[in-house]
Amino acid sequence: MIDRMQTDRPLLEIRDLHVAVGETEILRGVDLTVRLGEVHAIMGPNGSGKSTLAGVLAGRPEFTVTSGDALYQGENLLTLAMPPENRARDGIFLAFQYPVELPGVRTWQFLKAAVDALREHRGQKQLSIREFDSLVEEARQLVEIEPGLIKRSVNEGFSGGEKKRNEILQLALLDPTLALLDETDSGLDIDALRIVANGINQFRGPSKAIVLVTHYQRILNYITPDYVHVLVDGRIVRSGGKELALELEEKGYDWVRDPTAAGAEVTA
Amino acid sequence: MSSQKVISRQTGLEDTQYKWGFEFDIESDVIPKGLNEDIVRLISSKKGEPDWMLEWRLKAYRHWTKLGLEEPEWANIHHAPIDFQDMIYYAAPKSKGDGPKSLDEVDPELIESFNKLGIPLEEQKKLSGVAVDAILDSVSVATTYQDMLEKAGVIFCSMSEAIKNHPDIVQKYLGSVVPYSDNFYATLNSAVFSDGSFCYVPPGVRCPVELMTYFRINEVDTGQFERTLIIADEGSYVSYLEGCTAPMRKTHQLHAAVVELVALDNAEIKYSTLQNWYPGDKNGEGGVYNFVTKRGKAAGVNSKISWAQVETGSAITWKYPSVILQGDNSVGEFYSVALVNNFQQADTGTKMTHLGKNTRSTIIAKGISAGHAENTYRGQVKIMPSATGARNFTQCDSLLIGDQCGAHTVPYIEVRNPTAQLEHEASTSKVSDDELFYIQQRGISNEDAHYMIINGFCRGIFKELPFEFAAEASQLLRVSLEGAVG
Repeated sequence: MIDRMQTDRPLLEIRDLHVAVGETEILRGVDLTVRLGEVHAIMGPNGSGKSTLAGVLAGRPEFTVTSGDALYQGENLLTLAMPPENRARDGIFLAFQYPVELPGVRTWQFLKAAVDALREHRGQKQLSIREFDSLVEEARQLVEIEPGLIKRSVNEGFSGGEKKRNEILQLALLDPTLALLDETDSGLDIDALRIVANGINQFRGPSKAIVLVTHYQRILNYITPDYVHVLVDGRIVRSGGKELALELEEKGYDWVRDPTAAGAEVTA
Repeated sequence: MSSQKVISRQTGLEDTQYKWGFEFDIESDVIPKGLNEDIVRLISSKKGEPDWMLEWRLKAYRHWTKLGLEEPEWANIHHAPIDFQDMIYYAAPKSKGDGPKSLDEVDPELIESFNKLGIPLEEQKKLSGVAVDAILDSVSVATTYQDMLEKAGVIFCSMSEAIKNHPDIVQKYLGSVVPYSDNFYATLNSAVFSDGSFCYVPPGVRCPVELMTYFRINEVDTGQFERTLIIADEGSYVSYLEGCTAPMRKTHQLHAAVVELVALDNAEIKYSTLQNWYPGDKNGEGGVYNFVTKRGKAAGVNSKISWAQVETGSAITWKYPSVILQGDNSVGEFYSVALVNNFQQADTGTKMTHLGKNTRSTIIAKGISAGHAENTYRGQVKIMPSATGARNFTQCDSLLIGDQCGAHTVPYIEVRNPTAQLEHEASTSKVSDDELFYIQQRGISNEDAHYMIINGFCRGIFKELPFEFAAEASQLLRVSLEGAVG
């Protein structure tokens, strides 16, 4: 019975989460439960708090949690004030909406340091250069970026699409448990979108979970979510299956924003 | 007049961060404190110098006394007045007779002491591909790879030996780039310099190994005044490395060196420094005053002089490795990382003086400030009327860690030929929260994230360093910043 409860425990459980930046409240009571094997899409208009939700789970320092909980593998991320590197080592990965440029820091060296840190945390021995290089090569081929980029400074001078693909390369290489994908589809042309979506689908599996933050329904043509949530003004106003995304695409966000319209839909 | 004593290993300071802070336990020959003509004569006689050398020293000393004990005040540094009479101007490890003729005669304890610093001198352990001249306090104790260098015709020895064995070359070039009257500290050095390294590379020779001088101050209350002279004859090449450390002491120690480089037609000199003198403790007590004059003359056509420095040590650093671009098409380069932490002060940069036609200079200076430290880049680019077609590119970047430190950039540009092209770029930044968060989100600690950003900031300079120095430089930054980040 205890075992059963253990396995039934959600990977991530967010309860009445309130988050502010300075004096401004961005999230105003978010509830969300994510289990292993699931893909959740969080959709919503600009400024609704989607990126804040992803950022606060990863431990971005400028966000203040004013109330609520976020349990990850049963541990409260928020009250523990867990630093971002500990969350990362415990398997939370954030694919950045705007990947950061690190002048002078070679991509290879950055990836190596990240893999070394994770393996050390897991009590695994350090990979040899040869083993590491072959993992990087595998991930690189998955996201189809130029071999030369691995030798260049992290994200410096990369095109928008290259930056996003580099995020998915890191996802593949670091193999986390919970992937938070923050507008990974934005700014991608159709080929890059297909490549990125393919990388995410490769990652998907019964021992993983994905929270995919997006503005557009487009990426969901490639990645079929189990659940779609609509975030408006810091609250999840609607949840449903994959068909909710299509409905949103058709009717626009005003449809969920307007309580009477939404109410009409429910009673229909 | 000389006294002998055994130095104890106790320095009375507990500072675990500066791992080079131990003292050598060796017997020393030390002269009395103070400076006067007799002291200058004594230093010269201890070294058995010819008259011309003594005369040169005395000229410098007399000039120095006329300067009225007034140190230059234009630099952005602050310290209590230095009592030049309360200092020892010569200290040497005690040796029997005339000093060691070969490594076999060098005191084994001395060799062991250098081993502890990571500078092996014995034949079988010596650093591969690097010939080392080890200088302790005032004198050169050993020079490795002599045979190989001799075969190539390269002269690499202590300055004292050069004065004895190669007086013609020394007389021709000593003071030819930095005259004894150049500045307060250079003048002082000219009067009392005790040793240093000398190198002459004959025409057409590419020096087969890197040359390295390792400087070590050991004695209490001693100043170190070494003098280095490097001449690259026509079409030759030499890469020269310089490293330095000192024990931890509560009092300040003065280091006033002079380095002169001469590159003749088509010759190239690459001079790299890792400066790691004791920086003082975290409250600013103790540490070396590093007041150094370094200058190269790219005298010949197509000659090139390149300075690369990583400055992490010293309580105060005051140095401007410069190039006089005299030959047509000559090239001058200056690549610098200056890191200050706690209460350290650095005022460093370069001077590029363009005289020849189509001369080119590049300046890339990276300053890192942490704690309560102050870091100033001071650089001068001077294009003389004769320098038609001269070009300069300057880039100065400052990185601040914390909010108690300072970064200053003071460029001087003087252009007297309308064909010159100059570019100047400067930036000041802080380690950004976005960068830190991005790195930490990949499982890397906050502290490691800082070093990653700082190393990235310095990468352009590190790649100019010889391979074996680059890894050490990166390590040195980390040690020097301990406690400032994370």
